[in-house]
Amino acid sequence: MKRSLEDHLIDIVVYTFLFLLAIVTLYPFWNSLVISFNAGNDTAAGGVTIWPREFTLENYKYVFKDARLINAFWITVTRTVAGTVLSILFTSMFAYAMSRRGLIGKKFYMILCVITMYFSGGLIPSYLLIKDLHLMNTFWVLIIPGIISVWNMIIFRTFFLGLPDGLEESARIDGCNHINTFFRIVLPVSGPVIATLSLFTAVGHWNSWFDASIYISNPKLLPLQVILNQTIQSILSFEASTTISATKQEFLQNAQSVTHKSIVMATTMVATIPIVMVYPFVQKYFVKGVLVGSLKE
Amino acid sequence: MNRRFIQQWDLQIMVIPAIIMIFIFSYIPMWGILTAFQDYSPAKGFFGSEWVGFKHFRMFFNAPEFWQIMRNTIVISLLKLFIAFPAPIVLALMLNEVKNAFFKRFVQTVSYLPHFISWVIVSGFVISLLSVDSGSVNLLLQKLHIIDEPVHWLSIPEYFWSILITSGIWKEIGFGAIVYLAAITGVDPHMYEAASIDGAGRMRQLFSITIPSIAPVIIIFLILQVAQILNAGFEEILLLTNQGQNVVLRPVSETIDTYVYRVGIENYRFSYATAAGLFKGVISVGLLVITNWIARKLGDSSLW
Repeated sequence: MKRSLEDHLIDIVVYTFLFLLAIVTLYPFWNSLVISFNAGNDTAAGGVTIWPREFTLENYKYVFKDARLINAFWITVTRTVAGTVLSILFTSMFAYAMSRRGLIGKKFYMILCVITMYFSGGLIPSYLLIKDLHLMNTFWVLIIPGIISVWNMIIFRTFFLGLPDGLEESARIDGCNHINTFFRIVLPVSGPVIATLSLFTAVGHWNSWFDASIYISNPKLLPLQVILNQTIQSILSFEASTTISATKQEFLQNAQSVTHKSIVMATTMVATIPIVMVYPFVQKYFVKGVLVGSLKE
Repeated sequence: MNRRFIQQWDLQIMVIPAIIMIFIFSYIPMWGILTAFQDYSPAKGFFGSEWVGFKHFRMFFNAPEFWQIMRNTIVISLLKLFIAFPAPIVLALMLNEVKNAFFKRFVQTVSYLPHFISWVIVSGFVISLLSVDSGSVNLLLQKLHIIDEPVHWLSIPEYFWSILITSGIWKEIGFGAIVYLAAITGVDPHMYEAASIDGAGRMRQLFSITIPSIAPVIIIFLILQVAQILNAGFEEILLLTNQGQNVVLRPVSETIDTYVYRVGIENYRFSYATAAGLFKGVISVGLLVITNWIARKLGDSSLW
């Protein structure tokens, strides 16, 4: 087929734009990776962009020796695993019951759920509730409030409604109650939907910082994102204080191989890499998951 | 009824814990909105605090910063609506024009990635890239001779809105494009063939077939977006302004949400902050109803 001038112009614009978008998206990750492997005092001198100038592992050694960061890392891992398992378990159980014919009060339960999708009490009433429940400064405050996700319940329910009736009936005839049926028959065939929703829940937990930042002050319970944010903010205030060049010169002379910035970048990598690693494996699931979610709207 | 209820104890036992959790963590806070009409003090608790009617609302409307907060909330929301909302649609339309499958796949995979990164890390990227101390943006602009001296981007209020919107687009453009791409895939290929035979070029096909075909999806997401509009990037703003502590940026960065956070959680003015939050909630519901109405009107007449 003959290609017109229009075709060529469109191709040039589209390919250039998309190529630039890919670079702009990848560059911050790459630059942070490079800085995390570059000596801190050298980074402070400026100009480190796409290749480390003074390669070092010191930043990572520092991060993996810092008791505060290691503790934060474990808090994050624990909240992600526990939060995801509990949320998926209770939400899918709830969704299964909501998908069964003859559940008494189903309409009432559904209305209760849907209302929460449009209305909420807002920040302060939730904060006061957590306070009154004495959940402040506990590990569980990171997990319990989000344990039931109405959104996920609806996606699970749609999936369960699509399962063949015979599956459940045979188990029921064998004398299983609904709970047994759910765990022995239904869960094992729900792999894809569990994988998708677990991924989204886990990423949410891994990335979450706001709940911990307002509900937790005990440094032993702070997750990685909160510690990371504290360190990032300390760079900002440092920068603000060093706009006077004399102090900055002084700083450069005393700069060590490990600086705030190089630590931030190493910590950022520690917080990012687990996500980047699981990402290719679950990509095909999440595209499906997003579509299921949006169809429900 | 009761006997049937007891007979299905196994189903009910799967539902009731979840309903209790929803009741506690969603409905009790809704009821807690009433604190906005009290002089709430933690010592007296909800039941012991005095009722004061609309006192806190009046205080909020008369606060010296009220109009500034409203302006910021509205401007940031509108920027999000007019710039950040169409961005994924444009990306999806562009990806649809790519015939090279490998390149398409590569761009898609890369563009989804930032969605999975926390705002903490994105704000770290922004702070590092815009750093006056040899941040990459300053280096690049100096090399291109656009600026002579490194600019302290994050402490100049004029730049804040652009930085906020750009970082938001950077994070969500790829992920947001997924639904639109799926919608485009659903368009009947015969329409393109027919148009092509009639001599329609690619631009013409884009405007006459692709965009009208995905318009319903766009409208649905637009309505959902409007319901969220006053949320105006709460997390991003907090993270880029050091939890609202940055006084230089405050005249442009303070929105209703960050204000609620600052006066409520940091200064313990619970009732006053709840009143400000409730004010936002009422406007949001109003906006949702209006948009839904407009969309319905338009749907009947001209758009498709």
